Amino acid sequence: MSILSVRDLVIEIPQGDLLRGVGAARPVDGISFDIAAGECFALLGESGCGKSMTALGIMRLLPAAARASAGTVHFEDRDVLALPEAAMRGVRGGGIGMIFQEPATSLNPVLTVGDQIVEALQLHAGLSGAAARARAAGLLDQVGIPDPQRRLDEYPFQLSGGLRQRVMIAIALAGEPRLLIADEPTTALDVTIQAQVLDLLDDLRRKQGMALLLITHDLGVVARMADRVGVMYAGQLVEDAPRREFFAQAAHPYSVRLFAALPDAERRGGRLATIPGSVPAADARHPGCRFAERCSDVMAQCGSAPPPWREAGDGQRVRCFLPGAAPAVAAASGSEPQAAAAEERPLLQVTDLKVHFPIRRGLLQRAVGAVRAVDGMSLQLMPGRTLALVGESGCGKTTAGKAMLQLLRPTAGSVRLDGVELTACSTAQLRPLRAKMQMVFQDPFASLNPRLRIGDIIAEGMQALDTGGAKQDMAARVAGLLQQVGLRADMAGRYPHEFSGGQRQRIAIARALAVNPQLLICDEPTSALDVSVQAQILNLLSDLQRELKLAYLFITHNIAVVDYLAHDVAVMYLGRVVERGTADEVLRRPRHPYTRALLAAVPRVDGVRSEAPKLAGDMPSAADPPAGCHFHPRCPLADESCRCSYPVETLFGATHAVRCIKL
Amino acid sequence: MSIQPMLLWSDILLFVLIASIVGLMLWARRQEALRAAWGRVARNGVAMAAATVLAAFVLVGLLDSLHYRALLPAQPGATARYAVEVNSALDALLADLRLRAEKTYSAPLATHLFAREALENSTQREFPRLQFGGMHLGANLAGHEFDLALRLSRGVAGGLAVWLLLAAAVCRWRGMEFAALLRIGSGGNALAAVSVTLLAILLLLGVAISVGGGYHVFGTDKVGQDVLYLSLKSIRTGLLIGTLTTLVMLPLAVLLGILAGYVGGWVDDLIQYLYTTLSSIPGVLLIAAAVLMMQVVIDTHPDWFATSAERADARLLALCLILGMTSWTGVARLLRGETLKLRELEFVQAAQAFGVGRLAIMRRHILPNLMHIVLISLVMDFSGLVLAEAVLSYVGVGVDPTTISFGTMINTARMELAREPMVWWSLLAAFSFMFALVLAANLFADAVRDAFDPRSSA
Amino acid sequence: MLAYVIRRLLYAIPILVGVNLFTFALFFVVNTPDDMARMQLGVKRVTPEAIQKWKAERGYDKPLVWNAAASDGAQLTETIFFSKSVRMFAGDFGRADDGRDIAREIGSRMLPSLAIALPTFTLGLFVAICFALLLVFFRATALDFYGVVLCVAMMSISGLFYIIGGQWLVSKVWHLVPISGYSGGLDAGKFLILPVIIGVFGGIGASTRWYRTIFLEEISRDYVRTARAKGLPERVVLFRHVLRNALIPILTGVVVVIPTLFMGSLLTESFFGIPGLGSYTIDAINAQDFAVVRSMVFIGSVLYIIGLLLTDLSYTLADPRVRLQ
Repeated sequence: MSILSVRDLVIEIPQGDLLRGVGAARPVDGISFDIAAGECFALLGESGCGKSMTALGIMRLLPAAARASAGTVHFEDRDVLALPEAAMRGVRGGGIGMIFQEPATSLNPVLTVGDQIVEALQLHAGLSGAAARARAAGLLDQVGIPDPQRRLDEYPFQLSGGLRQRVMIAIALAGEPRLLIADEPTTALDVTIQAQVLDLLDDLRRKQGMALLLITHDLGVVARMADRVGVMYAGQLVEDAPRREFFAQAAHPYSVRLFAALPDAERRGGRLATIPGSVPAADARHPGCRFAERCSDVMAQCGSAPPPWREAGDGQRVRCFLPGAAPAVAAASGSEPQAAAAEERPLLQVTDLKVHFPIRRGLLQRAVGAVRAVDGMSLQLMPGRTLALVGESGCGKTTAGKAMLQLLRPTAGSVRLDGVELTACSTAQLRPLRAKMQMVFQDPFASLNPRLRIGDIIAEGMQALDTGGAKQDMAARVAGLLQQVGLRADMAGRYPHEFSGGQRQRIAIARALAVNPQLLICDEPTSALDVSVQAQILNLLSDLQRELKLAYLFITHNIAVVDYLAHDVAVMYLGRVVERGTADEVLRRPRHPYTRALLAAVPRVDGVRSEAPKLAGDMPSAADPPAGCHFHPRCPLADESCRCSYPVETLFGATHAVRCIKL
Repeated sequence: MSIQPMLLWSDILLFVLIASIVGLMLWARRQEALRAAWGRVARNGVAMAAATVLAAFVLVGLLDSLHYRALLPAQPGATARYAVEVNSALDALLADLRLRAEKTYSAPLATHLFAREALENSTQREFPRLQFGGMHLGANLAGHEFDLALRLSRGVAGGLAVWLLLAAAVCRWRGMEFAALLRIGSGGNALAAVSVTLLAILLLLGVAISVGGGYHVFGTDKVGQDVLYLSLKSIRTGLLIGTLTTLVMLPLAVLLGILAGYVGGWVDDLIQYLYTTLSSIPGVLLIAAAVLMMQVVIDTHPDWFATSAERADARLLALCLILGMTSWTGVARLLRGETLKLRELEFVQAAQAFGVGRLAIMRRHILPNLMHIVLISLVMDFSGLVLAEAVLSYVGVGVDPTTISFGTMINTARMELAREPMVWWSLLAAFSFMFALVLAANLFADAVRDAFDPRSSA
Repeated sequence: MLAYVIRRLLYAIPILVGVNLFTFALFFVVNTPDDMARMQLGVKRVTPEAIQKWKAERGYDKPLVWNAAASDGAQLTETIFFSKSVRMFAGDFGRADDGRDIAREIGSRMLPSLAIALPTFTLGLFVAICFALLLVFFRATALDFYGVVLCVAMMSISGLFYIIGGQWLVSKVWHLVPISGYSGGLDAGKFLILPVIIGVFGGIGASTRWYRTIFLEEISRDYVRTARAKGLPERVVLFRHVLRNALIPILTGVVVVIPTLFMGSLLTESFFGIPGLGSYTIDAINAQDFAVVRSMVFIGSVLYIIGLLLTDLSYTLADPRVRLQ
């Protein structure tokens, strides 16, 4: 008995201008699926595949321009798309609850948490006054928010991201819905918080028998949560399978490639499988299979007619002409990345680096304290190696990267590049040194000036540092760089907006390479990209390292990426490095309780749950770090002694150092 | 040569402005993003209709900016001398309207003055005949209505004929159906909006020429000047105030805004202090005070100006300067805020990572990304300034009383409101022209803002 | 929070000093008092004696900033700067050209100004917000489209037209209310109603359009989607969620003008013959009474700065993020 039944749903956005006639983009183009009561169905897909649109279409909350132009949606035997608006409001919140990706913007900033929950209770439970308030407190308690009475009177900005998402869930639960739609509910959250929220959702679902439509791009989250998976590509479902079957043997070539593009330890040193090209535009028309042009197993019939659904196994359906399961993709599984010969002198030596931002308060705006974004971190990076700086948001890893480059002047400590002390250099003295170290930024859309041509963007560093030589030489060098990062030389005359996210990130890498640096600081270079594109960039980075003997300081929160490419790992917590060592040491034999919890929180594709305890609570504020060991309030091992002083480094072997007194 | 071309300062600035707009457009053609935005404006029917109206106004304004002094009749033995009076190409075109002044008020299309006067050869007080309005009718006033209708239809026919010629040429050139030029509204295109607007303008022009040849279309004012002529002359003043004001303040606003936002620290504090202080003085009062002071300067230095036209021109420019000085604060504040955001963007940090200097970053990375704001504020301010001119002239701190402007027209006309029956035509003419100009500017500005401001694409 | 308010207050002082110095420079340095005298007396028939007399009558016969002839601290006080600029801080604005005390005149004229400006302001705000909400409620329909067109048309009409046209229609054609004038007490109503209505009418176009933009920007935010996902009716979404948030940007533009309402409106007051500060200012400008203009500039700035302070305070009421941090 299905609680939600979607049949051939089409969502259109009319487009076109007055001169060229009217067309329509179809972000969702004929999608059908069922969700049984109490079931968790995951819609999996990359950005732009139409999965969020589907959810909004079911709730009839589409943006003004879009409309559901065909198909039906039945919720508990009611035709949702045909309901009058007044009756639909009863379904929203009452029958179907929904939570969104960004808890920071999805709550009304000027209403208290209590008001926002009570509002839903009045509507769907008919409660008001003290009864509603008591129920709201109960809901907050149910979603695991400590001290609910106090929280009711707080505003969203006073809560952390994880708590805000819990409040969102509490609001959605207020109407006691039979179906909860969760649109990327943990994408904006840190991995330890993600684990908490996923546990909560799973728990609620089981206790209340609530069905869950989970929309995500993360295979790990699917493996952790779903009973059944629907894979979306370009507005259509291409595969529909029970979780076990899907993860055992994905049937559609696209699904297979998504798995192959995932970085992890097994593929270290090898190349990740990538999907060539990019997702077709939503207004493209497809006579045949939508994936045909990117599929390596393409056959003649793929281009002419859309493939029909085919049973591929036990409850597994796939939309593909290929008989049997799609062949596995040959992902060159690899050798250990060749560690560059250990040289005597580290390329980058950071000692006791501190970056404090003063907090000004009161009448005279005197500094009354400081946000200790980076508070005494030390690390070293050998030439030609990759050091991953791992940590959750707010731990100071990006600030540390910028301070090493002297984009931010450190408050204290030493940064030596190739033996030269950078903190003592003036701006002018720094300039020649800047050719040795460059940075690749997180957001490929903000890191390229939209008003400059690609050629000018890449040449900027050469001009500024006078390394480019004459004009013709510079143009030739730009062309060479473009080819080196996998773009065409004739793209130099174009503007950034013509490129996709992955291509932009290639351009950003070319810009950094233009001055022949020895050290590249990569700040989350793939976190804004889809998995298949991420694989391309990671491949490119490892190729470049081999060719150019580059050293990478790789700042990231993504453990899988770290596992795939790092030689050494440093784990940061609240401005300090708590554990460092080789990738094997830190990721296989973690010692610090934080590292262990962090690794355990990552949802794994194989569905194996870690035994290590989950972390409770949030990271404290860097303005007011806990006394002693910063981690002690969340640490399962902590006792009185942890509060006294910050632990010194304990060495396990030559390279593995941990800051914990309980080991 | 029978004329001596003459460049007033405001003419020079106006031509510089036009040249820089053309230059900017050429620059924008090379910029993908800007070209796309202008493309959006060009596809917007309302915007293009408004642009057509604006173009007509600008044409009048430009004609009125080609100034000259006529050669006086040569006196034997003396060197050539030129008239003190400065005229423009528009004056020459409208010589008929300009020179056919009546004695005093007359209603639109009238043949007689508005007020009774004692005639020379009569004891009764009569409405005297106009000297020029309906003169061609002679004594036979019975043909007045017929003559008007004839002239009206002749004007319409003329306008239509010119439009048909143009339309045929365009259809031939673009190879399109004639009907497409009339298809406005949904399903139509921007070219149709332009062509229909042009048709309306040509019809009005035809009627004005045909009827205006024999009558005062909008009547005459207190000293008998043709009100249509005054309205057309006012256009230049309005355009100048609307554009030059923003132009004089822009460099300062852009410079200070970017400096405050990018450099920060005490520079930011100082610039913020400067503009908070200036903007804390209520606008009208600051303008009034500054204009009063400027009047003192101009009045106490009569020797600076050779002709009264130059003096009036200097006052106009000074007014633009004062308006600009009081209104730069808003733009500077806006640009500072935007610079603060841009400064944190990663492409600026990437440039810093290369050691690119501050000035180069501001020039290469900040300024080009602020140009759309500058453009938006330019077009958005225009209409407000045209309206402000009228109010300021009314308050007595506007343009020189001898400069013809909407404000001075309204100011002189409102004295007559108490008259019975009312003298309404100069007011109505001034308000209508101003409304057309401001409405066109507002509609165009809206389209420009929607096209350039990513946030407002709702 | 108290510290915040005190800091804003302290920040106002240098700004006031700046305004004071600026007006001093504008009125006494750009043109010397001699120039002003020459201009007011007429350039042609002016004698040095007449200039001297003119200056003495107004107290402009002292040195600008330093009186070398005086002693015992009077070097500073016996100057134009001290007597004309510094003393403004004490509320001493001197005398107008007609010999009346400016401060007293201002005090007696504030009330009529306020009697027009306050109802115009509140009514205008209310009407414009209602219209904007109406347009937003019917967004993307014909009503919205033509509403915006009407707004743009209305804001393209000169304010002078509204006044002149309104007076003509209501007073001259319909004879509903007197065309101009003012009286104290309850009688004032019949004189006030027309200028207030015209004031509201003239401002509707621009402000409705502005509020509509703000509402539309708010309505596209994520929290509005959340509110709808709860099943709230559009009316509640608009009034409880959107309006509350839109209040914050609206306050920036609105609160700052409240104190300046005391200054009145130049146009309205002069057309309707209301003896308020607006008409006082216009008369002073026309009569080139520099002392009055200078005083009004100073008072205007003081009121504006108070407005800025009130804006900051109103944020703390409307936005919990400001209040609690």
